[in-house]
Amino acid sequence: MLGVPALPKIALAESKNQGIQVSTSETSVVPPSAPVRYQDDVVLGFSIMTVAWGVVGMLVGVWIAAELLWPALNFDTPWLTYSRLRPLHTNAVIFAFGGCALFATSYWVVQRTCRATLFAPNLARFTFWGYQAVIVLAALTLPLGITQSKEYAELEWPIDLLLAVVWVAYAIVFFGTIMKRTVGHIYVANWFYGAFILTVAVLHIVNSAAIPISLTSSYSAYPGAVDAMVQWWYGHNAVGFFLTAGFLGMMYYFVPKQVGRPIYSYRLSIVHFWALISVYMWAGPHHLMYTSLPDWVQSLGMVFSLILLAPSWGGMINGMMTLSGAWHKLRDDPILKFLIVSLSFYGMSTFEGPMMSIKTVNALSHYTDWTIGHVHAGALGWVAMISFGSIYMLIPRLVGKPTMHSVAAINVHFWLATVGTVIYIVAMWIAGVMQGLMWRATEADGTLTYSFVESLKATHPFYAMRLVGGVIFFSGMLLMAWNVWRTVKAPVATHEAVALTGGAS
Amino acid sequence: MTTFWHLWIVVIVVASIVGCVWLLLANRKGKSGDTTGHVWDDDLSEYNNPLPRWWFNLFVLTVVFAVGYLAFYPGLGNLAGRLGWTSTQEMEEGLAKLTEQRTAQYARYVSYSVDQLAQDAGARSMGRAVFLSNCAGCHGPDARGAIGFPDLTDQDWLYGGDAETLLATIKSGRTSKMPAFNGALSPEQLQALVNFVPFWSDKELDPHAREVGMAAFAGMCAACHGAEGKGNVTLGAPNLTDDVWLFGGSQERVRNSILWGRESHMPAHDTLISPDEQRLVAGYIKSLSEKQSGAEVLQTPPAPPSQQRTAALP
Repeated sequence: MLGVPALPKIALAESKNQGIQVSTSETSVVPPSAPVRYQDDVVLGFSIMTVAWGVVGMLVGVWIAAELLWPALNFDTPWLTYSRLRPLHTNAVIFAFGGCALFATSYWVVQRTCRATLFAPNLARFTFWGYQAVIVLAALTLPLGITQSKEYAELEWPIDLLLAVVWVAYAIVFFGTIMKRTVGHIYVANWFYGAFILTVAVLHIVNSAAIPISLTSSYSAYPGAVDAMVQWWYGHNAVGFFLTAGFLGMMYYFVPKQVGRPIYSYRLSIVHFWALISVYMWAGPHHLMYTSLPDWVQSLGMVFSLILLAPSWGGMINGMMTLSGAWHKLRDDPILKFLIVSLSFYGMSTFEGPMMSIKTVNALSHYTDWTIGHVHAGALGWVAMISFGSIYMLIPRLVGKPTMHSVAAINVHFWLATVGTVIYIVAMWIAGVMQGLMWRATEADGTLTYSFVESLKATHPFYAMRLVGGVIFFSGMLLMAWNVWRTVKAPVATHEAVALTGGAS
Repeated sequence: MTTFWHLWIVVIVVASIVGCVWLLLANRKGKSGDTTGHVWDDDLSEYNNPLPRWWFNLFVLTVVFAVGYLAFYPGLGNLAGRLGWTSTQEMEEGLAKLTEQRTAQYARYVSYSVDQLAQDAGARSMGRAVFLSNCAGCHGPDARGAIGFPDLTDQDWLYGGDAETLLATIKSGRTSKMPAFNGALSPEQLQALVNFVPFWSDKELDPHAREVGMAAFAGMCAACHGAEGKGNVTLGAPNLTDDVWLFGGSQERVRNSILWGRESHMPAHDTLISPDEQRLVAGYIKSLSEKQSGAEVLQTPPAPPSQQRTAALP
């Protein structure tokens, strides 16, 4: 389960990328004939763990979705209760699954687009083992109820410290590799990966500031409403930089690679990159509408969330339009389907987000399952799908195979993921809007029309529908795990010649 | 906020918005189909197409909205915005309007007694709304209660079910406490009570068990629950002879009650709901138990008390 079986394969992972040809010689100081042996052992380790943690995190998600339907499933066991498994689910899918995918792809992309091996190879290996240690510690402490109680920042201070060290090491490896690049320009994917790494370091360190009172407990360094604001400055930028900027980095490499066409617009990348990273910083207060946060902060949170719409869509346009003139490739390339459909969900959820931050809409949507639906449109539709596509491209190249074991299974996975996501978010939309309407309904005398439990009863069928969507999505994840396992295990020799030319499609 | 922080906020907000607009305008022009000439990783290159027109317009539109919003609403530090809107003022106006509506609504019931309110369908409906918003959290939306929270639909009242007592309970809340008898009873006495108390109303209980149990009961329990076990409304001590159980009527539950005691607390609602609302909800609660007494038939008949009380117990 911890992916240790993957590491004996490291020997295979040394990329045999002999045939590099640079079409315009001025962009590179390295003669076109010089082979670069990239360091791909960490890329393989993180890729395998992406799949392993994906299975674990989504299984926990399915389990807690079932608990909402049948509360008895916690068996009166504290560490099986919803309250403890929910942070385990969010940490496992965001930071373990999503984080490993970002590590894997960023290490792959930065080496190739810089034509340089990783700076400080052993430090890179440390980031792998250090990050896995953080995940394992999270998986142990969260069910035990050891938590700082900050959403998406639950880990207690000793684990926070370890994570900070790992993250700084990651930044050193990544930016060190950029520094030693042998090409003139820094590729756009690296701007996004760089912004993601740098900002997450700042967010994590500032938001986790706490005064320890024992090894397993601490108090936040910030008081009251300030604490809430710092938390959602962190929380929203975790979405903006971890789940958006990082995965846009992935998009900017794997989409044009798989399509085989140039990125649509360099100037669009410039505008949307700088606008995205500057405006995201302001959007946090939209998580705290109608609270004790001062009015002016709430207003700024709302207007900057609206300004964020166009910069967010810039990435979608650049990805989608890269495909223009090659739409036929979507027909029979399931990896490309993953990448492009992920961009559709990205566009949809980055439209939905600014709308939900409008105060009058927020008055209806806040605290309802609409928020859960919105998050999963992004998490399942965008983050998970673009990761699936990228990992399906990486795995065969990392283990020297021409393709994944079963391309048909990738196609089935694509449909399971798409159908599962749609069922999930539709269920949560209906449930959320219904809850919002029921909670706000009042009689002429100002009393509530519905008690809370009545809204819960009305939501019950949609929890069942959500579970169905989640199970379908999870079954696709299992199929991927099987496919990856078979690809890694398949004998190498027969395919080696083909592997040199690459190509997972 | 101080002038420094006020200015700081104004400056960085304006700088962010102006920066976005400058970025947008500075990169507006470009020729379709040109690439930048850079190539990475063998085959990655970039066109330098102009910004899509509709996207450019969308960006401008959101910026215009933002500037307009900040002109009318608070956002730029201490500047209040042209409308002078604040969330506190909005809340106060809403509350004043609601209070006015409410007073008008309740006006026709001011002269009603709680018993009359219980008889009036309109008053009962308003009382139910107050109940669902304020009482259902503990007593349940059907008012049947839960372990530790009394059923309000039966005839069994801990403190009394007349109008005056109901109002006093709602207004000031109730706190009751049964002490722990761990150590104060011999194992034989405890066993005698556990073999008897849960089956008090059972006519087929072995007479010997009843006799031994009664003896133990008289020594320790009768002071609060009464010699006949009928309870005491002054103390809120439950009647033990009617097979209605506040904390569960299984032998295990009764044993725990005796050994470790029980404590329950209903908060005072005087500051939470208006006197009109207190009277309306008292009328509604009264109507619930009157229905049970046979005047009206409930839509769903309650489960037999013993099953209902023990089914959910661990």
